Amino acid sequence: MVTVKELDRKEHWLPGHSACSGCPASLGLRMLGKALRGNFILVVPACCTTVIQGIYPCTPSQVPLLNIAFAATAATASGLKAALELRGVNVPVVAWAGDGGTVDIGLQSLSGAAERNEDILYICYDNEAYQNTGIQRSGATPYGAWTTTTPLGKRERRKDAPWIVAAHKVPYVATASVAYPLDFVEKVQKAAAKKGFKYIHLHAPCPTGWRFPPSKTIEVGRLAVETGMWILYEIEDGVFKLTGRSKALLDPSKRKPVEEYLKLQGRFSHLLRPEGREALESLKLQIEESWSEVGKLVRGQP
Amino acid sequence: MQKTVISGNEAVALGVKLAKVQVVAAYPITPQTIIVEKIAEYVESGELKARFINVESEHSAMAACIGAAAGGARVFTATSSQGLLYMSEMVFWAGGARLPVVMAVVNRAIAPPWSIWCDHNDALSQRDSGWVQLWVENVQEALDTVIQAYRIAEDERVMLPVMICLDGFLVSHSYEPIEVPSQQLVDSFLPEKTPAPYWIDVTNPRSYGTIASPETYMEFRYELQEAMEGAKRVVKEVDEDWGRLTGRSYGGLIDLYLCDDAEVVAVLIGSWAGDAKEAADIMRSRGVKAGVLRLRSTRPFPAEDLVEALKDVDAVAVVDRSLSPGLPSILLSEVKAALYEHGAKPYVKGFIAGLGGRDVTPQDFVNVFERTLKGFKKGETGKVEWVGLRGVGSGHR
Repeated sequence: MVTVKELDRKEHWLPGHSACSGCPASLGLRMLGKALRGNFILVVPACCTTVIQGIYPCTPSQVPLLNIAFAATAATASGLKAALELRGVNVPVVAWAGDGGTVDIGLQSLSGAAERNEDILYICYDNEAYQNTGIQRSGATPYGAWTTTTPLGKRERRKDAPWIVAAHKVPYVATASVAYPLDFVEKVQKAAAKKGFKYIHLHAPCPTGWRFPPSKTIEVGRLAVETGMWILYEIEDGVFKLTGRSKALLDPSKRKPVEEYLKLQGRFSHLLRPEGREALESLKLQIEESWSEVGKLVRGQP
Repeated sequence: MQKTVISGNEAVALGVKLAKVQVVAAYPITPQTIIVEKIAEYVESGELKARFINVESEHSAMAACIGAAAGGARVFTATSSQGLLYMSEMVFWAGGARLPVVMAVVNRAIAPPWSIWCDHNDALSQRDSGWVQLWVENVQEALDTVIQAYRIAEDERVMLPVMICLDGFLVSHSYEPIEVPSQQLVDSFLPEKTPAPYWIDVTNPRSYGTIASPETYMEFRYELQEAMEGAKRVVKEVDEDWGRLTGRSYGGLIDLYLCDDAEVVAVLIGSWAGDAKEAADIMRSRGVKAGVLRLRSTRPFPAEDLVEALKDVDAVAVVDRSLSPGLPSILLSEVKAALYEHGAKPYVKGFIAGLGGRDVTPQDFVNVFERTLKGFKKGETGKVEWVGLRGVGSGHR
């Protein structure tokens, strides 16, 4: 278990960048830098991080960073890794993409790289919509959530990307949350030590897009886990394991009511009004379904 | 130097092997596929020490090439038609990023309707992407141009990706006897790839491709334009160097055939230059001084060389194997613009021919020469004519 004391004291993502207040992506980048002690290369497609970097000729990144087109992340990281191997440079290549760039437009190249078992670490920081372009729905937007393109709430369930990647039988798949930084750091370090394709799906509560105060990013992130809306787990060489706070939440009675999570966020406000009762019940059922699947995996049932 | 009989696609693959390419990322598409099949064999057998990345699409092929080139490797891919269009976003990215990627485009028409046969619209659709675009006439030139392409792309005065365009089937699947340069000769011509002048280095971290404000974006584009200007000189130098080593050079930016005293010249790109040259011979046997100007490079567009070659010519026929609907003709517009800018005003007539692989013969080029001269003598407009067009609205149904 990584402790705060053991964390790298050096900052690899410098202050003065252009993230919104309370931004989870910049938190994630900070912890990623510490986890790998600044010894890695970032590949970043169009996403919030494109903007967070600021404008040429400035950059907050203390590691080499290659920006690339939206759909190209995993393929570009594959090519870069191949070149580094030929040069005898043994440095992790980390693809860092948002949820739209991962589960929607980037899914094909992600799948290709996973199938080829490229030796890269792919991290999706999931703020559950196209936040950078102004809060449009993505495949990762959860059921019921308001976005600018789902003004009455999303009617479909979110795409479960970690399981899509796991279906490629890669060595390591995990979920994480910026609200549990040490759990995230541990998973990054574990992944980086493995050869082959590694995938971490990082939950990233976005104050701007989810409509909550910037001081509450961590609180919202923790509630996502504590209510069971977001589940922390890893699939290491095919073996599923709950991790961190989620380990104790298989029993539904241990989970906080989902309303506690929803009520902090403007994007779910309609679910807590009388007209949203049906949608709220549906969301609760979906949470139970997800946990029931997890339960089968934990108990080793097919 | 060894002689052998191989196809255009095999020649490209052989060029890639001789150039000691380090990373290849590719996706199959007819009629390009044989290039990457052959390269995969070279890699598997150990003849080429490279990583072959079997990507899931052309978009990813170019994305992987960009990543590998940014990582300092010598890279290659090949595609055609729909594949090139699907890749287009990344084609522009490679140009803007000034990465020395080399790609063979085996020219094939664009659907719908489906066609696997040759025309030039695929590569020409990418003409504003910041790639040097070189067009070959035959199998030997395909091999030689692959090797030349790396010298051009990696030259610090250029640092641009290079596209080698070869006609689908007409060159890609034609077997010709060619001379294969020795590895030693190629090594002396093309130095081993060094990551310079810029590459990704953890000891010297930099960010690539960050947002440029309106205060800086234009300067990046201006530098791209300057690099293209520089490429004009480098393409010529490299071709001359290759000529000194092998006895084969192709005129640098333009390949001239009997243009010195010509009264009528056909301007074109690609393998049908051979048919046009045959037609020029026929015309000369009939007492008409005909010539052929094959553009070897369309980007950079060799305006100065073209004007120099055409300034004393009476009549010019520009024969496009592509269409810009509503314009209608790509090379015609570019040739006219170059002539106008430099004050040379020969009579210019446009032709569209050979779309979707429609056969074009030396006799068709004889007709083009005759029609152009007739237009010149009668003082007609240079209105574009379609060669061999069948009855539209009835005859082709």
